[in-house]
Amino acid sequence: MVPFAGWEMPVQYEGIVTEHRAVRTDTGVFDVSHMGELEVEGPRALELLQSALSNDLSRVEPGAAQYTLLTNDEGGIVDDLIVYRLDDFRFLLVVNASNRETDYAWLKERELRGSDVRDVSDGLALLAVQGPRALERLELEPAAPFTFAEGAVDGIPCMVNRTGYTGEAGVELLVPADEAVALWDAVLARGATPCGLGARDTLRLEVCYPLHGQDIDESTDAISAGLGWVCALDKDFVGAEALRRVLQSGPTQRLVAFVMEDKAVPRPGMAIAGGGRVTSGTHSPMLERGIGMGYVNAAAADPGTELSIDVRGRERRARIVRKPIYRREEHARGGS
Amino acid sequence: MAAAESYPDDLRYHPEHDWARIEGDVATLGITWYGQDALGELVHYEPPDVGQRLTKNGSYGEVESVKAVSELIAPLSGEVLEVNQKVVDEPETVNEDPYGEGWLVRIRIGDPAEADGLMDVEAYRAHLASL
Repeated sequence: MVPFAGWEMPVQYEGIVTEHRAVRTDTGVFDVSHMGELEVEGPRALELLQSALSNDLSRVEPGAAQYTLLTNDEGGIVDDLIVYRLDDFRFLLVVNASNRETDYAWLKERELRGSDVRDVSDGLALLAVQGPRALERLELEPAAPFTFAEGAVDGIPCMVNRTGYTGEAGVELLVPADEAVALWDAVLARGATPCGLGARDTLRLEVCYPLHGQDIDESTDAISAGLGWVCALDKDFVGAEALRRVLQSGPTQRLVAFVMEDKAVPRPGMAIAGGGRVTSGTHSPMLERGIGMGYVNAAAADPGTELSIDVRGRERRARIVRKPIYRREEHARGGS
Repeated sequence: MAAAESYPDDLRYHPEHDWARIEGDVATLGITWYGQDALGELVHYEPPDVGQRLTKNGSYGEVESVKAVSELIAPLSGEVLEVNQKVVDEPETVNEDPYGEGWLVRIRIGDPAEADGLMDVEAYRAHLASL
C-alpha cells in the first residue's frame, strides 16, 4: 500500500502486468473511491459551470456526461474532470483526488446567487469495472459512452456510468460509501480481477489519457496538451482568451506520445534532447516496450519523428507515434 | 510463472539481495528471490559490458519492473566475462528462475578474499528476517 492524496492505495494486488492484461482481455475492477465528487446545484448551476469549465456543457442532456477542464486565466489546467448532468439544475463533477480541495475552493469562490457547490466525496465510493467482458460479467446492457443511469449490481443500487480511464469498455459504479464493500465483493464474485494504481497508470498511458499533475497541470495549457477538442473557444470561460491566443500563434511545445526504439523504460522527468521532457513513461504490457508521453518542440512533434531520451545518462532512441499508443486491432494478441 | 521462494545453500549472499555462485576463479551473479519479488515482474535488464571491471558493493547495471528501477550491486570485484543475453531479451526469466536461467553476469574474480565477507544462506535468511 502507498499513500496517495491522503488515501492508502494498493499499487498492485497480483502484479501490474497480470492486472493490466486482465483488463485488456477480460475484466478488472479498481477501487477509485479516492476520486472527489462535487455537486453543483441550482437555477444558475449551468451558468457557473459554463464560465468555469472549458467544454460546452449546454450540449449535454440530463443522463449524459462530458470530459472537461477547469482552467485558470492563463489557460493552464487546474484539473481535468468528468461532469455528469443529473437533471437540468444539478451536476456531479468527478475530480482528481489531489485536486478536490482546490476545485471546490475554485468553484465556491465563483459561486453565483442561485448556484450551490457542495463536496459530497466522503459519502460516495467509486468502483471502475473495465474490460471487454465487463458488461457481460455484470449482466449490464451496452450503452453509449459518456451516458449514465440508475442501475443495480446484484441488488445493490448504484449510478452506472459509461466512463473509464483504461480505453476499454466498461462502467464506473458510484455508490454510497457504506455499500462499497458489498459492491466490491459482488464484482469480484462475478470474476473481475482486482487491480491497483499501477495497472491504472499503465492502462491509461497506453491509450494516452493525460494524468493531471504529470502530463497536464496549471503551467501547461490545453492547446499544447492536445486537449483543444475539449475547449469550446466560441464561448467565454476562464482562460478562453489566453487559449485563443495560443491557438492563434501556435503552441511552442506539444504533448506527444512515443514508443522506445531502444530497450529502455522512460520515466517522468527524463530529458528529451532539444529541450523536451518526459511527463509519463512506463513499460507497456501490450507492446512489450517502453512507452511514454512528453512535451517536445512543436516544430518537431509529428508522428515518425525520432527522439533521444536521457535514461540516467544513456541516450536512448524513441519515435513519436500517433495517439493512442495502443489500439486493440493492431496490438491485441490471444493467449498471454 | 513466478518461482517459489527459495535460497540455495551453495550460494554466497550480499545484503542488497544479490547472490554469487563461486566456481574456482569464476563467479556467476544474480538477484535473490526476495530481490525479484520486491521489484515484481522484470521488464528491463541494463547489463554491463563484457570486459567491464566490477567493484564490490558498486553498481554494475540495472533491472526494472513496471513500477521501479533497481541498481545491481556487485557482491564481488572482477571482470565481466559474459552477460546473460536471455535475460536481456526476456527479463522475466529472472522472476521465473532467479538462480538458474535468470543469472545476470559471469565474472573472473578479482580478489578471492572478498568472498569471506559475503553471507552464507543462514546469515542471509537471518538478514531477511530482520528487514
